[in-house]
Amino acid sequence: MDRADLIVLGYLVAAVFFILGLKGLARPRTARRGNLLGASGMLLAVLVTLIDQAIVSYWVLAAGLAVGAGIGTVLAVRVQMTSMPELVALFNGFGGAASVLVAGASFHEFVDLDLVDDQVSTAAAVTALIGAVTFTGSVIAFFKLKESLKWSGFGGIRVVNGALALTSLALGAMVIIDPSNTTWLWALVAVGAVLGLLAVVPIGGADMPVVIAILNSLSGLAASATGFVLDNTLLIIAGSLVGASGLILTQIMCVAMNRSAIAVIFSDAPSSSAGSIDADDVYAGRVTSSSPDEVAMILDTASRVVIVPGYGLAVAQAQHVVRELTNVLEKRGVEVVFGIHPVAGRMPGHMNVLLAEAEVDYELLLEMDVVNPTFAQTDVVIVIGANDVVNPLAETDPESPIAGMPILNVDHARTVVVIKRSLSPGFAGIPNPLFAADNALMLFGDGKQAVSDITKALAEV
Amino acid sequence: MTFLIALTLFVLAVFLGVELISKVPPTLHTPLMSGSNAISGITLIGAMVSAGSDHRTLTTTLAFAAVVLATVNVVGGFLVTNRMLSMFSSRTRKPAEQHD
Repeated sequence: MDRADLIVLGYLVAAVFFILGLKGLARPRTARRGNLLGASGMLLAVLVTLIDQAIVSYWVLAAGLAVGAGIGTVLAVRVQMTSMPELVALFNGFGGAASVLVAGASFHEFVDLDLVDDQVSTAAAVTALIGAVTFTGSVIAFFKLKESLKWSGFGGIRVVNGALALTSLALGAMVIIDPSNTTWLWALVAVGAVLGLLAVVPIGGADMPVVIAILNSLSGLAASATGFVLDNTLLIIAGSLVGASGLILTQIMCVAMNRSAIAVIFSDAPSSSAGSIDADDVYAGRVTSSSPDEVAMILDTASRVVIVPGYGLAVAQAQHVVRELTNVLEKRGVEVVFGIHPVAGRMPGHMNVLLAEAEVDYELLLEMDVVNPTFAQTDVVIVIGANDVVNPLAETDPESPIAGMPILNVDHARTVVVIKRSLSPGFAGIPNPLFAADNALMLFGDGKQAVSDITKALAEV
Repeated sequence: MTFLIALTLFVLAVFLGVELISKVPPTLHTPLMSGSNAISGITLIGAMVSAGSDHRTLTTTLAFAAVVLATVNVVGGFLVTNRMLSMFSSRTRKPAEQHD
């Protein structure tokens, strides 16, 4: 057996590690081990690659690995759990960019050695396009999630994107027809980069989980396409595993919003169509404002409480005070659970990670389908920083931009306490009749402050 | 490896990926995403071959940048996933905590 065979066998073992790792990641009890298996597979893959005869200068490699590992470690250790969506977006982007660079470098090598065939040129073109879109799309998603980018595009941006997509197909064809001219490939990368940028710019807020899931899938597909360029089995397998998992998450997010991925990418942001209902008509004279003392009094007599968190929980960094409130309530014999909407937050599972950080038992975090039938037997629901996912208009107003989106039926509970800064609309840009409901109390203010005030007041009841 | 064999691997792995992930509970969506994202940094091994091959300055430079970016993705991705998962706890798994 020569070195090349040994490497391929090593890759096979690494692929098995990845498969077992992903399998583990799908269950809470085995997830940590699954992640370690994945990391071991990666380490093995890197080690067997080192025996590749093509590698002659180890110093360049060592430098690159050391720099990358240093940056990666710092980012991973320092990130706050509330900023997890940004970091995942950034890592996605790096993966996409790396695939473009690898495909580009290899394509140049193949061209120099006159080894280009249709598979290489086609795969390089696909990698260039997907990788470039992934890179700039993820970078834009990163800045949007950090809320440091407010720009949401210009009129006709979808038309421009359509034109860019067609241009990229034409350039892709040129890469295959005329591979000896590497300019075509880099032109394709450039067009793909602009396309990724302009495609993500108009998307925001509650659509972000879908975008991140799509980018996640694309980063995997880019790696897989790179595998076709390099004839590398492990890249093909690992990349398509990730591509498939991103696809599933995209699907789950889309079902949770009753929108298709196409609609998220190609329709205008829902905030532009505010629906048929005016905010003043909904709220005028019907909104009841409350105080922490009053909420504490109501909680004092409750036997079942459901807490519904949204993105506002992350913004207010309120997860730890929510945990304290939960502790106090549980000590009083109150049953407390959390109702988590699938698209609450800015990435799939965002709320679960925040609450896990605050040491809330994950078994208390109930999915929408599980928690919805229980609201009728619930005394108090506390909604913290969530809006559209508890808006009854989704079920009652077919004209509404969120019509048909499954919601948490918090209005079925005896009392709903909504902690919110103001009556301003959520991402969908529509008023929420829940706030004016007879059984709803608004507690205006910062989520963290409000929750700790309730906890304090509860101690004095 | 012929194109058809590569394609076979690709299609089979997509189906396998769908099977592996389709039952993942929402609680794990974020760690799954960052963990699978780290796996997609596998492009690193392609970058290593190009970066170490000393073909010419252009390709080595491109590949060196790719090694750095992919390593950030891989190391950062697995580390942050581990950090997240270490926070997930369940009282049913640790009965001792039930009495506090």
